[in-house]
Amino acid sequence: MISLQDIERIFPVGDEEVHALRAINMTITAGEYIAIMGPSGSGKSTLLNILGLLDQPNQGTYLLDQEKVSELDEDQQAEVRRHKIGFVFQFFHLVPRLTAAENIELPMTLAGIDSAERKERVAVALADFSLTNRGGHRADQLSGGQRQRVAIARAIIMEPKMILADEPTGNLDRAAGYEVIEILETLNSNGMTVIMVTHDPELGLRARRCIQMVDGRIIP
Amino acid sequence: MQSQDIFRFSGKAIISYRFRTVLMLIAMAIGVASVVLLISLGESARRYITNQFSSLGTNLIIVLPGRSETVGGPPPLLGATPRDLTLDDAMALQRLAGVACVSPIVVGSAPVSRKQLEREVLVVGATADLATMRKLEVSQGSFLPRTDPSRGSAVCVLGSKLKVELFGNNNPLGQRVRIGDRRFRVIGVLSPMGVSLGDDIDETVTIPVASAQALFNTASLFRILVEATGSEAIAKAKENIRTTISQRHEGEDDITVITQDAILATFDRIFRALTLAVGGIAAISLVVAGIMIMNVMLVAVSNRRTEVGLLKALGAPRSQIMRIFLTESALLSVTGALLGLLVAILGLQLLSFLLPNFPIQPVPWAALLAFTVALATGLLFGVLPARTAARLAAAEALARR
Repeated sequence: MISLQDIERIFPVGDEEVHALRAINMTITAGEYIAIMGPSGSGKSTLLNILGLLDQPNQGTYLLDQEKVSELDEDQQAEVRRHKIGFVFQFFHLVPRLTAAENIELPMTLAGIDSAERKERVAVALADFSLTNRGGHRADQLSGGQRQRVAIARAIIMEPKMILADEPTGNLDRAAGYEVIEILETLNSNGMTVIMVTHDPELGLRARRCIQMVDGRIIP
Repeated sequence: MQSQDIFRFSGKAIISYRFRTVLMLIAMAIGVASVVLLISLGESARRYITNQFSSLGTNLIIVLPGRSETVGGPPPLLGATPRDLTLDDAMALQRLAGVACVSPIVVGSAPVSRKQLEREVLVVGATADLATMRKLEVSQGSFLPRTDPSRGSAVCVLGSKLKVELFGNNNPLGQRVRIGDRRFRVIGVLSPMGVSLGDDIDETVTIPVASAQALFNTASLFRILVEATGSEAIAKAKENIRTTISQRHEGEDDITVITQDAILATFDRIFRALTLAVGGIAAISLVVAGIMIMNVMLVAVSNRRTEVGLLKALGAPRSQIMRIFLTESALLSVTGALLGLLVAILGLQLLSFLLPNFPIQPVPWAALLAFTVALATGLLFGVLPARTAARLAAAEALARR
């Protein structure tokens, strides 16, 4: 499903150039459960951003479903993100003034889906994530675990093929974190590709494939 | 994204940042309110002046003896004696095409007395037509009778104030007053009119023009008032008046003809220019409000970087993010404009309550103009912040907490 060829990512920092990613080559097949691990500054998040089309490589080719997505323009990439990629962030990134239900609804709202259908799908999602009685609460009235569950519900509401999770448990206590991981694993067992950045070795071991990164390279 | 969703999304953002919203609404409201208020005041002043002039009578042409303008040619060597306007001149004008009625006027000052009470007042010699031309109304009795203008009669019409001074609350009709060395019978009292272009009509006494000529021992007229049959007939009537008088004055073009609409048009132009100037100055405050909107929206964009990043991650293209932020500034400016209109209308109501004699009216086009300008500034000054938002790099925007 995914193929990265010779991906390079260079950030200018002052006068110097920092090589965040060097010669990344990897393939990911549909339905995989991958943990990307490594010390901070090793390029994990940059790799995830490039996989999520939030960042552009300076060099190399990114094929998603046989499409050279690295060569698409910004709006076309947005279209790809909308339909194929769901994001889960460490800091949840819920819109604070919106309710849980409205946050879950947001991708469909942006996509211009009719209100009636949106409401229906949000109701199902709220039930699936046992958030039904929290739907009307604003983001800041929810616990961390609830917020991350809302974020996951938002990530999958457009039925993408893969979820990119950047330290999804990084801001949660153990119990809530465990719950979140279980949800992601359930999604994976239903066929969703899950790619997760973490530096928790325990979580890394649970994944079926673990990619170790150091200094912008993948350690074989 | 459907437009009602954009409105809801932007609306929620506006409501949730209360302090910022209130500040911007105030700025916009002040701008719009001052534009509408000042333009309305200017327009009202213009209308006030126009009304003052039309209270002189509509379609009025004033014929004065002597020339007040030069039309080329060397000055006459022996000096041209200006001919006076006479009653016969006035009678000749009566028959011209385009002329509805004519009132020759003689004005002078004379003592008016009744028993021991005496006043030095303005004596106006006129004909019955003056009442219709200057829209004079009588509260008691009647105005001058419709008789041959060249025949005088010893009757007079008192101004309302003069009547009170001479007669108090007594009925003056049929009583006699002395004007100069002649006795006149009071046949009417004018309704209170107030000051019209400097003459206090309430303090005059009106007598037939021939009687005034006899009283002041003169054959000449102070001026002739002519009413044209309609506004389109004014130019023609003016021309006819000129040729007729010049024929009667041995080919000398020695009169000045002023049309009321010319004076009016001049005042109209002056006041319109003034109104626009004042409105323009007020419009600067709208621009200031626009810059404030830009400022606040820029702050909003940088405060909501992660939100913008999130929207991008969720698949919103640049154009959509621009629309969201533009809608936000447009909503703010339109709401501010509506508030400003409300303030302006309340202000005008208050003013017309405080100044009941000054006819203050809100001007619809000013409201429309201010509203459009407010919306335009909101959109114009919203573009830069919206573009800033749309161009944020998603990964960077999301990297921060």
